[in-house]
Amino acid sequence: MIDRRGFVKLAAGAGPAALAAACGWDGGDAVRPTLLDWSRLNDWVGEKILYSPTRLAREYPTPARSARLPSYFISRMTPVLENPGAWRLRVDGLVRRPLELSLADLHALPRVGYTVKHHCVEGWTAIATWHGVPVSAIIEHCEPLPAARYVNFASFDAGYSNGWDLASALHPQTILAYGLNDNPLPPAHGAPLRLYSPTKLGYKLTKYLVSLTFTDTRPGGYWEDQGYPWFAGI
Amino acid sequence: MPRPKPPKPPAVRRHHWIVRLTHWASALLLVGMVTSGLQIYGAYARFGERGAAAYLNPFEGNTFPRAVRLGGWLAGGLNWHFALMWPLVALGLLYLCYLVWSGEWRALLFRPRDVPGALGMTKYYLRLRKDHPPQGKHNPLQKLAYTSIVLVGVLAVLTGLAIYKPLQFAWLTALLGGFQATRYWHFWTVWIFVAFTLTHVALVFLVDPPSLRAMITGRYRGRFPSHD
Repeated sequence: MIDRRGFVKLAAGAGPAALAAACGWDGGDAVRPTLLDWSRLNDWVGEKILYSPTRLAREYPTPARSARLPSYFISRMTPVLENPGAWRLRVDGLVRRPLELSLADLHALPRVGYTVKHHCVEGWTAIATWHGVPVSAIIEHCEPLPAARYVNFASFDAGYSNGWDLASALHPQTILAYGLNDNPLPPAHGAPLRLYSPTKLGYKLTKYLVSLTFTDTRPGGYWEDQGYPWFAGI
Repeated sequence: MPRPKPPKPPAVRRHHWIVRLTHWASALLLVGMVTSGLQIYGAYARFGERGAAAYLNPFEGNTFPRAVRLGGWLAGGLNWHFALMWPLVALGLLYLCYLVWSGEWRALLFRPRDVPGALGMTKYYLRLRKDHPPQGKHNPLQKLAYTSIVLVGVLAVLTGLAIYKPLQFAWLTALLGGFQATRYWHFWTVWIFVAFTLTHVALVFLVDPPSLRAMITGRYRGRFPSHD
């Protein structure tokens, strides 16, 4: 026997859940800020508790490479440089020695290569080989000030950018990649230079790089500012 | 002349408030987890490496209807999913701690000695035997269901962790068969939860309606009043 009170109580519980699920609700103006606060808490857990600065992503043999590696950009057309020779990577912000590096300068720095699995926030994964300069090598040269806690990676793809915590940027597998699968980085994947790391979801890996800016305040990012998790470490 | 009403069986105290709270709150949170999970699924509705074979999945390439998705878009789904997971895990731990602390796990845990009783109950449900076998607080099939669903819950949490941080928990992801396999099992826990819930609710109404009231008020006035 179910009494009326029982039904009312059951309905009181099921009602909001059904309502929340209805019509793909994102929480509305009332709940969305709370969800973003939770997301910051998850960032903190991911960054301060779960992240290990020394744990390395597994490397694969080159035959394990995926046949296809999807890519995207937010500009209407593939972003390409009008004058590739004039391209320079700017390193500025809270640093002792601001830098301007050409592609040749970057090629002269220590080179790292690995074949790793790429994790997209959408849920797909693909294996590819990347070559480039460890961000830690750049950091050694530019000498960030003690106040620097974050790095903002900016691009020439319609203002796309990503803010990173310094510890993730210093990870030995975080590189500025100029090579993909033994070839120069193609325009579809962020030529001439992109950020790469198997420790983060794909949307944190800024393509079409133009600058690294060291800051003491947390820089946002293209997707992060729209609600995607900021830390996005895996 | 109207027949006199049979005397009401006396009420027995059945569910502690912790059990009632964790039951209803988990049910609500599970709805949120499943619906936000279906939103997330739509971003890449396939299980398998890019360019490699996919796991068998009747929902491959499908987006679920808006009415069963929570979050509106991928980021919204993720934020709901990663917010609700904390209270759900906390409630699950509270519930398990309560079972251990109170000793109630004895009435719930399915053990080898419950196998004959489970067969008897199966025969009853299949109409191969007329009388409902005698039982304590829960019959052996209930014990099997409640034990299994706790294990599925543990599996959902472990597979969830393994795809949330596949590098930090690389050992776990590898143990579960790799990232895409783990994603696949995580997705299947959804359908086990859905099937369990539908069966659970159907049996409450068909077999023991007073148990619904017991889960709300804590007091039970039904056919199976004994305590284990």
